[in-house]
Amino acid sequence: MSTACGRRCRKTSEAMFNRRFRTKRSGIVEINITEDERSLLADLIDQLRELVLSTSPEGDVDPALRRLYPTAYADDAQHEAEYQRLMRDQLLERRLSHLDVVETTLNDQELNQESLSSWIMSINDLRLVLGTHLDVSEDEEPLFLDDDDPKQHQSAIYHYLSHLLGELIEVTSN
Amino acid sequence: MSADEDVPWVVLVWNDPINLMSYVTHVLQKLFGYSTEKATQLMLDVHNKGRAVVSNGTREKAELDVFRLHEYGLWATMQKDV
Repeated sequence: MSTACGRRCRKTSEAMFNRRFRTKRSGIVEINITEDERSLLADLIDQLRELVLSTSPEGDVDPALRRLYPTAYADDAQHEAEYQRLMRDQLLERRLSHLDVVETTLNDQELNQESLSSWIMSINDLRLVLGTHLDVSEDEEPLFLDDDDPKQHQSAIYHYLSHLLGELIEVTSN
Repeated sequence: MSADEDVPWVVLVWNDPINLMSYVTHVLQKLFGYSTEKATQLMLDVHNKGRAVVSNGTREKAELDVFRLHEYGLWATMQKDV
């Protein structure tokens, strides 16, 4: 049996799994997500923007956001302080600009590569914040919680975003 | 050039439970132009050994690389290559 997957087979699998993203032509990606998904993403983007803006560029970072501002110099406190002082603002600006791109393209049917990058980064930022909040660890996958767990809703969103991100990456590398 | 700048620096990416394996591979390809094979191997090193050196150079270059990796939310640090 051949394991090669040619054009025909790819077409079949796209139809089978009803792909939400498809490379249309060079650099342009078609988005087939539902209105509910778009409105969920809009809410999440708003919440993340608010959370990111609530953190002072100086001083301690909100624990929920610690994954967004990692340590650069693990064994050099002086250089680390300088890095955080110079770079944290820039990192914040970059994050906000990606969120803005997602917000303005959220109802589009097509994305260019630049917008796609912003989607990928912002969705991953959401996963980092949610994953930190849910205390996702390597050993406890998959993190599917019972319906009566107060974190069940966030866990479901985390899994949804992971799935969405996986699809976006796949369409980018094609 | 100060003595500090003479020493080459390495940029490390550390394993973390949140970032998807496909995402780490994607970022390494995108930022450093690595082939799928090389990026996948580095990602597997991160996953299996806990960390991998993904780039190196002067402190200035390493810091820029770390910043770009942080923008993507990867857990990246830099240190002198000793």
